[in-house]
Amino acid sequence: MTRLLASFRIALRALMVNKMRSTLTMLGIIIGVGAVIAMVAVGSGAKKQIAEQIASMGSNMLIVLSGSSTSGGLRFGSGTVPTLTADDAKAMLSEIPLIKHVAPSLSGVAQVVFGNQNWSTVVNGTTPEILEIRDWPLSWGRPFTQQDIDGATKVCLLGKTIVDVLFGGIDPIDQVIRIKNVPFTVIGVLAPKGQSTRGQDQDDTIIVPLTTAQKRLFGMQFPGMVRMMLVQARGPEVMQEVENQMNDLLRQRHRIQPNQDNDFTVRNLTEIMSTAEQSASVMSLLLGAIASISLIVGGIGIMNIMLVSVTERTREIGIRMAVGAKGRDILLQFLIESLVLSLIGGTVGIGIGVAGTLVLSHFTQWPILFSINAILLAFLFSGSVGVFFGFYPARKASMLNPIEALRYE
Amino acid sequence: MDPLIQVRDLVKVYSLGEVEVQALRGVSLSIHRGEFVAIMGASGSGKSTFMNILGFLDQPTSGQYLLEGINGENLSRDELAEIRNRKIGFVFQGFNLLSRTAAIENVELPLIYAGASTSNRKEMAEKALSAVGLKGREHHHPNQLSGGEQQRVAIARALVNEPSILLADEPTGNLDTKTSEEIMRIFQRLNQELKITIIMITHESDIASFSKRIILFRDGKVVEDRNSALQG
Repeated sequence: MTRLLASFRIALRALMVNKMRSTLTMLGIIIGVGAVIAMVAVGSGAKKQIAEQIASMGSNMLIVLSGSSTSGGLRFGSGTVPTLTADDAKAMLSEIPLIKHVAPSLSGVAQVVFGNQNWSTVVNGTTPEILEIRDWPLSWGRPFTQQDIDGATKVCLLGKTIVDVLFGGIDPIDQVIRIKNVPFTVIGVLAPKGQSTRGQDQDDTIIVPLTTAQKRLFGMQFPGMVRMMLVQARGPEVMQEVENQMNDLLRQRHRIQPNQDNDFTVRNLTEIMSTAEQSASVMSLLLGAIASISLIVGGIGIMNIMLVSVTERTREIGIRMAVGAKGRDILLQFLIESLVLSLIGGTVGIGIGVAGTLVLSHFTQWPILFSINAILLAFLFSGSVGVFFGFYPARKASMLNPIEALRYE
Repeated sequence: MDPLIQVRDLVKVYSLGEVEVQALRGVSLSIHRGEFVAIMGASGSGKSTFMNILGFLDQPTSGQYLLEGINGENLSRDELAEIRNRKIGFVFQGFNLLSRTAAIENVELPLIYAGASTSNRKEMAEKALSAVGLKGREHHHPNQLSGGEQQRVAIARALVNEPSILLADEPTGNLDTKTSEEIMRIFQRLNQELKITIIMITHESDIASFSKRIILFRDGKVVEDRNSALQG
């Protein structure tokens, strides 16, 4: 123990003697660790942003779009012709146990007026389940209920943007707005969700009961129809199974012959988003790997300087051996030197990496995320770089022949 | 009483590529505890090779060397290092102090490798430095000391582990006459008062005359072994 402590002090002194050189050697590690930390922070930031967007969209979610019907050889795109009904939604919920919630929806763009303010927005007629599926709580007020659906009451929930635009500070609850000239009472305000993955403002929306939308706003020419359904599966692992069962059930209900195309489309949005998340992970890994290369280059810098140092101090090594230093004493001395170099470099690198990332994100508005694990890992990695690249020079020193070392000029 | 050092038929051959150089060609001698021996000889006579073997820095090609009955023949590098640490003190021509390191820390060096505690080291190093008359200069660095003082630091370092023998390789080679004499007085005092066994290489006969016994090497052999004329 005393010897270890002594080796430590000897190493520190040797580094202090050559301050300039030690600092320059550390620079490689500082840049390497800093780069790893910055790159991982940027990569995880991007990943986290995508994960948040997935969460804001709703988890385990499938979308069934109506349309894609064929009439006389003319094929319509998805959602153009309502082919799904609210009864389809009910049937799916009751016949496919793997489905947790279904929210049929009929939406359209409408002009909204309150007082002397007006605004054009997406009005979504749906059922209360939408709030469950999309994990969308209310900031104020109450959601509408099955009674509102049954009675097709004229109530609505407003997105944050609508409140800002139309009300400008007035409490919107129990106020009456006019959607396509139909008066609706505001009963709640949706919690803000921010931008969607496609950059759309998700808060620029109004939710009304499905039946009200069908009867009063959009569905007059296709009674009982809906344009799409949001479906939430019971877990991520049953998504494919749910998709298959829905396909079968809807084909059967719509009496589609085996050789006919579907008059609906199923999209697995979560899957698409997971792919995006995976590519962000790969990017994060790639950035980290590239940064690690600079850490390895820093390690080679340490090895280079330690080799020079061993050659330069050959006589010192000879003296130490003559007065009784064993091979491992010399080995330890030089190993500790390179370890201290790399660990100090690692510590400074963490500081610079964190600071640099904060500055970067301040100017670029990139999302960043520091993880303690990544920082610890970078620190440990820099230590192992020190040991790995310090070992060869240290071993070389410990193998010197004392007589030759003493004669070295 | 067994001699401190017993050397029998010591041969050392260096092979420099094709050529073989016989540095020692059968040296036999004994040195007893408390002796002060000067080894003389021209350069190339084998005296330095002999000294390296005595100091466990080198191994003989054949023959036997016993220090206090210990045979270094089959010992590992680390075991040799330990013997050097405990039984041998070196004084070199070029002082061989660590630069940018205070005198006391130079003296403490063998104690570090012996595993002594910090307080113990300090105490013993201070004692050794005062034994060579450097009390009060403990924290000077080698470049702040004269040649004679540096050599005295080296002697203190050689003594600090209380070794069985002190090996000095041309200890006055880099010093002027007056300082050389001072160093030799210190050796004499250490030998007489502390009964330290000293083996010293020199090629100057007036330096050798400070010792009690002079051994002359020529071509890898001992050609003369006599008591010093100026003994005492």
